[in-house]
Amino acid sequence: MSTTSVASSTGLNWTYAPAPETADPKIRSRYELFIDGRFVPPAEGQYRTILNPATAEPLTEVAEAGAADIDRAVKAARRAYEKVWSRMPGRERGKYIYRIARLLQERAREFAVAESKNGGKPIRESRDTDIPLSVAHFFYYAGWADKLNYAFPGARARPVGVCGQVIPWNFPLLMAAWKIAPALATGNTVVLKPAETTPVTSLKLAELIQEADLPPGVVNIVPGGRPTGAALVQHPGVDKIAFTGSTAVGKWIMKALAGTRKKYTLELGGKAANIIFEDAAIDQAVEGIINAIFFNQGHVCCAGSRLLVQEGVAEILITKLKQRIRTLIIGDPLDKNTDIGAINSREQLNRIESLVASGREEGAEIWQPDCPLPEKGFWYRPTLFTNVSQAHRIAQEEIFGPVLTIQTFRTPEEAIERANNTPYGLSDGVWTDKGAKIFKVTRQLRAGVIWANTFNKFDPTSPFGGYKESGMGREGGWHGLLPYVELEETA
Amino acid sequence: MQVVQQPYPNWHPSPPVDQVGVEERVARLAARSIKKESKVAALKLALSMIDLTTLEGSDSPGKVRQLCYKAKHLHDALPDLPHVAAVCVYPTLVRVAREELAGSGIKVAAVATAFPSGQADRETKIRDTRYAIDEGAEEIDMVISRGAFLRGEYGYVYDEIAEIKSLCGDAVHLKVILETGELGTLDRVRQASDLALAAGADFIKTSTGKIQPAATLPVTLVMLEAIRDFHLRTGQKRGMKPAGGIKTAKTAIQYLVMVNETLGPEWLTPSLFRIGASTLANDILMQLAKETTGVYQCADYFSQA
Repeated sequence: MSTTSVASSTGLNWTYAPAPETADPKIRSRYELFIDGRFVPPAEGQYRTILNPATAEPLTEVAEAGAADIDRAVKAARRAYEKVWSRMPGRERGKYIYRIARLLQERAREFAVAESKNGGKPIRESRDTDIPLSVAHFFYYAGWADKLNYAFPGARARPVGVCGQVIPWNFPLLMAAWKIAPALATGNTVVLKPAETTPVTSLKLAELIQEADLPPGVVNIVPGGRPTGAALVQHPGVDKIAFTGSTAVGKWIMKALAGTRKKYTLELGGKAANIIFEDAAIDQAVEGIINAIFFNQGHVCCAGSRLLVQEGVAEILITKLKQRIRTLIIGDPLDKNTDIGAINSREQLNRIESLVASGREEGAEIWQPDCPLPEKGFWYRPTLFTNVSQAHRIAQEEIFGPVLTIQTFRTPEEAIERANNTPYGLSDGVWTDKGAKIFKVTRQLRAGVIWANTFNKFDPTSPFGGYKESGMGREGGWHGLLPYVELEETA
Repeated sequence: MQVVQQPYPNWHPSPPVDQVGVEERVARLAARSIKKESKVAALKLALSMIDLTTLEGSDSPGKVRQLCYKAKHLHDALPDLPHVAAVCVYPTLVRVAREELAGSGIKVAAVATAFPSGQADRETKIRDTRYAIDEGAEEIDMVISRGAFLRGEYGYVYDEIAEIKSLCGDAVHLKVILETGELGTLDRVRQASDLALAAGADFIKTSTGKIQPAATLPVTLVMLEAIRDFHLRTGQKRGMKPAGGIKTAKTAIQYLVMVNETLGPEWLTPSLFRIGASTLANDILMQLAKETTGVYQCADYFSQA
């Protein structure tokens, strides 16, 4: 930069200096299973090395629960359910959940750094979204614990029993909160299996649950891969399964549970349409598109991965979208200025790469910014596809990465038809300055969550869940209590 | 006075602005963490973009001379400091400022067109502007007729700006003050920005500094978006000047981040971005001194303008 020239015709070439978040994540070098209120080694002695996806280097090692461990955890949960938790008055249960919420809030920064180190997501998101929302879920459901009679007038809400909960790697702590908080509030006990690549914050939550002095066995955390999850789903001592993850695994769970007495809720994949009408506030819509598809590297089941643009604004919108993408900062997840972090695992990176390759082969036109990527770790550039046909795999299958397909439409009817033309039905977005159009269009969209002039907004008071192959049951809000209770008429 | 309603040339309907979306974008930009060498570079750049301003009824030649000296010597204890971009005064004080700033490279800007209210007829505004230019103003900061704009007389406002610009010609830079604090909504800010750019404004400027709120980040973002769209349509680069209420180095950096990520680094130059301020410079100087010495000095060590 020229420090004295007023009339310099070229601007400052300004690169933001690194601004790393330095809080200590307090990650142990080894984690055991959390069963019956204690950390215990796994029966078969198996441990899994957990990587930091931003460097592909080991972060810690975590015990792998086998069938015997699952059995131990389910029995502990059963004992806790029958002897303590289901008999405890709601107001007392509520105190424990409030305590978890407060402890988590006090240690928010530590959990945020741990989440970013284990999952690869930018600290901006773990700090501003994942951890605060997790805290909010515990606070929200703590409030319901002593008010269940008011939630279901004329009925008594009894707990279901022991809940087996299997959660994904994209929002590790938040998904644990979504699952644990309503289960505890309604008097159930829990055996939770975190995803195989991201168990760290669940296990830190286990430490915190110990600190909160929750009765032993009320919450058990059993890390592991698919066999662990399968053992939990199929264990006869489990009364209810709550699963968030892929549609393929969701279908397997439905088959496995067919003919059993177990209740289940499934929150599965998505392929959301994000519909931009010509009368939308275009610059804000561009920002909404960025948040819809690049939030958490696109590892979001409700990500706005199919952009449908009305043709009158398609050209300008795509121009602006590319301009905006060029300003995204990709790199160290712990840098406060990072917009896009690391892809969660080698396996997921391979999946993204293979689907993008199919897009090229099928004739769609690809665009990526020429930003530098770190040398180590798992990374993928934000990617746009134009010239996309509804029949392309990239328009049909969930990519779960920072990849956006763009299609144009002429009439609202065409947009609605395209949006609904998918086996999924989790979420959609609509952008228009006309209120009446919002209501007219959203009434016809088949999706569990529809955002108008915004995207990827979450709140514990709002139910979340899908139509069609995006799942069944709702989590969050009053609706989120239902899967965890049996209703008895009291009239 | 006969008001003639007419569409302005190359008219494009202004896109709607979503206030909630603008505020979210602003919050995200304001959360950028600017440290170390990138902070020093930004602070020096911000200094070089300041239009050091005094616009009081009580302004005197002596006060303007002091201001001009400060403009040239921001803080001689620190090496390698830039000078500010311009000194901004009333037309009657332009001649004094020109004398003081001769050979410094610092421009002299004058407010005109019945600043700050703009409540005068066209002839008075033209005379006011011509006087400022004749006195030696190199930049004119005009105000739009907000009353006419809010009544929907866009043609009137367009003509007013176009006529002042024709007085300025290529030699004198025209900044058009929208006085966004009187426009009420971001939609109107956007419309006024589009109108001023179409009518020939070299810069669009938020405020006179006499009305609250003056410059804000959301208003500035909307105006920068208008400049971006104008550039996309015409290839021409126009400038932006938030003015009033920017008092701290931290806020100034937030504005620079916004320019950088909305219009791009080509706009990070005093020829395309200015900050109208009277007290900002010393806060930046305190920050720069702290980056050099590691400790904050008290305000008494920094000369007032």
